[in-house]
Amino acid sequence: MAVTVKVPAQLRSLTDGAAEVSIEATTVREVVALLESQHPGMGARLLDESGALRRFLNVYVDDEDVRFLDGIETSVPEGSKVSIIPAVAGG
Amino acid sequence: MANFRDLLRQVKSEIKELSPEELKQRLDAGDSPRLLDVREQDEVAAGVIPSAAHLTRSYLESRIEDLFPDKDQELIVYCQGGVRSAFAAKTLMELGYSDVASMSGGFTRWKDLGYDFSVPRTLTREQRDRYSRHLILKEVGEVGQQKLLDAKVLSIGAGGLGSPALLYLAAAGVGTLGVVDSDVVEESNLQRQVIHNYETVGQLKAESARDFIANLNRDVKVNVHAVRLDASNVHEIIKDYDVIVDGSDNFETRYFINDAAVELRKPVVHGSIFRFEGMLSTFVPYEGPCYRCLYPEAPPPELAPSCSEAGVLGVLPGIIGSLEANEALKLIVGYGEPLVGRLLTFDAQGTRFGEVKVRRDPKCPACGEREVQEHTERVRELRLA
Repeated sequence: MAVTVKVPAQLRSLTDGAAEVSIEATTVREVVALLESQHPGMGARLLDESGALRRFLNVYVDDEDVRFLDGIETSVPEGSKVSIIPAVAGG
Repeated sequence: MANFRDLLRQVKSEIKELSPEELKQRLDAGDSPRLLDVREQDEVAAGVIPSAAHLTRSYLESRIEDLFPDKDQELIVYCQGGVRSAFAAKTLMELGYSDVASMSGGFTRWKDLGYDFSVPRTLTREQRDRYSRHLILKEVGEVGQQKLLDAKVLSIGAGGLGSPALLYLAAAGVGTLGVVDSDVVEESNLQRQVIHNYETVGQLKAESARDFIANLNRDVKVNVHAVRLDASNVHEIIKDYDVIVDGSDNFETRYFINDAAVELRKPVVHGSIFRFEGMLSTFVPYEGPCYRCLYPEAPPPELAPSCSEAGVLGVLPGIIGSLEANEALKLIVGYGEPLVGRLLTFDAQGTRFGEVKVRRDPKCPACGEREVQEHTERVRELRLA
């Protein structure tokens, strides 16, 4: 099932500058795995050594933070938007 | 043709009147009917019945429906002597207000009887002119403008975000503005930090901002805090302010601010920017999530390049900083819906705003459940020991 992944500025060097990529996936875990296989290096930016989502970036399925759903096992319905929003500090 | 006395007699026969004694008795009994003062500004300045709303008789017809939309609830009108309020009561009945009364004898009689009154703080003639566009907005009005003049807002940083935030907060009449910044103005700042200019290059940013504001609004007092925030000074600096506007440029400071603000229960308006993208949220401790609920930890430095390393579009902090000012004004005046529990994102390249939910994290180390907090405190003590 196709979902749209919004890629933040910090990770676009891995997607040849693309701000959005389309991926066939049913869970956040699959989204991350496919991002890694299509854009090597992405996995390490999103997950820590234990395989959990890093705590300084949030992943939203539509407008819900997956930390408050099923974390990396959160399902991503057909047509949903998966946004990766890392913390930024600039001011 | 009827003269004034005939007309007044006619009007009084058609309206309901109540005496100051009756009103006093009802107020003392805990009753709280809607009260409307229809006198002129200078009369009101000398004293009003506490809890009364004010609308001069000249604007009665045009503005009463905004002030009191419910036409069936009781409304008691008074003026100085009871004549203008009688005519006002008649007009209100014609406008469909079904339960109106005029207080006989007016405020003069009320005061003669020795009843309580309050002297409202009023705006000066210059302030009325300066803030006239706010005063027209019923969501702000004189009450809201007084709140702004009484408010104390602290801007962390007088840089990209702090510049526009400070400019609009000062222009709006926020009576006390604190500016925390230990940096000096550099030419490379002028691409986005619009409160500074060529002449202030080399000066402390906090002083440069203070000097600009002095010329923008004389109602504003600026406190300069030319220090770098850290764990040792953050509580002392933020404790006297009502709202914190976070325009800092590093994670460490943002977490210092968050943790102290949660402890002292100060709302923080958060703005942050990177290259072409910015984000905004309002953290009201214990009413909504805090910054650590949103991001429990800061990224390691190698994954978090600063604006000086990664660049930032000059107008971006202008947009996000202005939105921060709006959030602060909302918290102070009370209009609208603050950005609590919501994270607003902005992408300057596509000119797109997005919004996602921010939830309070029961396991948050700053504002989570008590057990967790106590545990964190114990760990902190152990570390210190």
